[in-house]
Amino acid sequence: MNRRSPDFHPALRLIHWLMVALVFTMLFVGVGMVSTAGPAYVSLLALHRPIGIAILALVLVRLPLRLATGAPPLPDDLPTMQKRIAWGSHVLLYLTLFAMPLIGWGMLSAGGYPVQVTKGFTLPPILPHDLRLYAVLREAHTVIALLFFALILAHLAAALMHGLIRRDGVFRSMTTGHRRVPATTSEHDHSEDTVRPLA
Amino acid sequence: MPPFSRAKASAFAVIGAIVLLLVGAFAWAAGWIGPRRINGGDVTAALEYNTGKPEHGYRRAHSKGICFSGSFAGNGAGSALSTASAFKSGRYPVIGRFSLAGGNPLAGDGRNVFHSMALILKTPDGQEWRLAMDHTPIFPVADVASFIALQRATKPDPKTGKPDPAVMKPFLAAHPEVKAFQAFMMKAVLPNSFANATYYSINAFRFTDAGGTTRIVRWQFEPEAPLVGLDKKHLEAMPRDALFNEIIARTAKGPSRWHLKLLVANPGDVTDKATVAWTGPHRTIDAGTLTIDAVQPEETGACRDMNFDPTILPPGIAVSDDPLLAARSKAYSSSFTRRAIEGSHSSAVGEDLAKEHAR
Repeated sequence: MNRRSPDFHPALRLIHWLMVALVFTMLFVGVGMVSTAGPAYVSLLALHRPIGIAILALVLVRLPLRLATGAPPLPDDLPTMQKRIAWGSHVLLYLTLFAMPLIGWGMLSAGGYPVQVTKGFTLPPILPHDLRLYAVLREAHTVIALLFFALILAHLAAALMHGLIRRDGVFRSMTTGHRRVPATTSEHDHSEDTVRPLA
Repeated sequence: MPPFSRAKASAFAVIGAIVLLLVGAFAWAAGWIGPRRINGGDVTAALEYNTGKPEHGYRRAHSKGICFSGSFAGNGAGSALSTASAFKSGRYPVIGRFSLAGGNPLAGDGRNVFHSMALILKTPDGQEWRLAMDHTPIFPVADVASFIALQRATKPDPKTGKPDPAVMKPFLAAHPEVKAFQAFMMKAVLPNSFANATYYSINAFRFTDAGGTTRIVRWQFEPEAPLVGLDKKHLEAMPRDALFNEIIARTAKGPSRWHLKLLVANPGDVTDKATVAWTGPHRTIDAGTLTIDAVQPEETGACRDMNFDPTILPPGIAVSDDPLLAARSKAYSSSFTRRAIEGSHSSAVGEDLAKEHAR
């Protein structure tokens, strides 16, 4: 474990981008299946559940890994308020990654539905059969999904600001990582600014 | 270096464009922009329009019902068509619901409408099969747009109690399948009991056997009780809950039974239109016996808070290419969520029992 590393752990980066694909698919499938009573509804619903459970499984691996390997420090010149917002938004992202699949699972349980993930794989209910509970969770599933999409857009825009405008290495810490350079380099990594002459 | 360089401006533009593109794609996926889609809410809204108002807390269709419980005894023969555990030899618990078509939970029973049976069949290995069936081998419409149009066209005029002919005529001209269905309903026997009706799967389904062979199947539950029809000329004279009281009285005396017949499609049978009956001889398998030995009002039974979504199927049974199945699933879900939010209310049968109790 090296908290001084300027990058997220490679395994975290891999899970991050895998989850990007899954979560985007999930959000688009989700609003798409709600929008139609056509045959796509059945096919999209059949995709929605296994992807949701896959996201839950991945975040169960990801959070301990993130806590164990830490995050690279944000640039010193970033205002404290922005650092706090960054921290808070990441907590919210993790919370939602847990909450959405669990709400989906709980909602089906409360609705008296079998939690059929795939044709041959059904999960047990995690909540009692209760229509009032179902109604609340069903509503929450939609509202949180829309807020989640907005949060992801803000996260993406912030990441791109770091990568394209500030060029402070934050974007790189979740993508290709920093080139290994001798330990004598300054604390600040400006490798995204320009191609540096050999230090 | 200028504080806001050309490079920075274009970087902002790129970021803005990416975010806008994603918002646009999301809005398109959600159907907020682009061509108008029919969703579940459109179906429930059409049903509410037909009923005259939303009946809060009730199913938007087949609102009047009664719960039952019993069992299904599979005889093993159905395994020739499907790997579903329900077809293996054994007795499996069943809950279900008898209902009459329409959105009014207190409507009278003397109406020439669907008599329906819904079931949830569970096997010990965790498989679940939900069925929602009507007493007619055909359905009036084949797709969701026509279903919505049907609900709008057949809204009873408060003055006459009948659909407005000015709306109905052009609708029937555009929908010969509805005209054919109405002609069928005029002639068909209207069962005088829930217990002596044959209940049909409405849609075709895809059955897969242990060898991986897939066949298109429709099914029907055929009653042991002999079919006797109601006098269709005097339906209005029937007591409000005549059919429901009949099944309560009948079940108190003894159970009712049906045989599950699986019909395999012949080459050339229409599989994607519930409006078209399969005629002539078909390979038919008697897969087992359904026994209903208890009925309960919705207040105390297990059926009220259930969605009898016909696309909840065990392995070995899947939806066919009939587009009505997705529409039914979506519409039932929409109705289910609405009544879950609204909270449930008393049923016609429950009210009868409460009155009897008060006496």
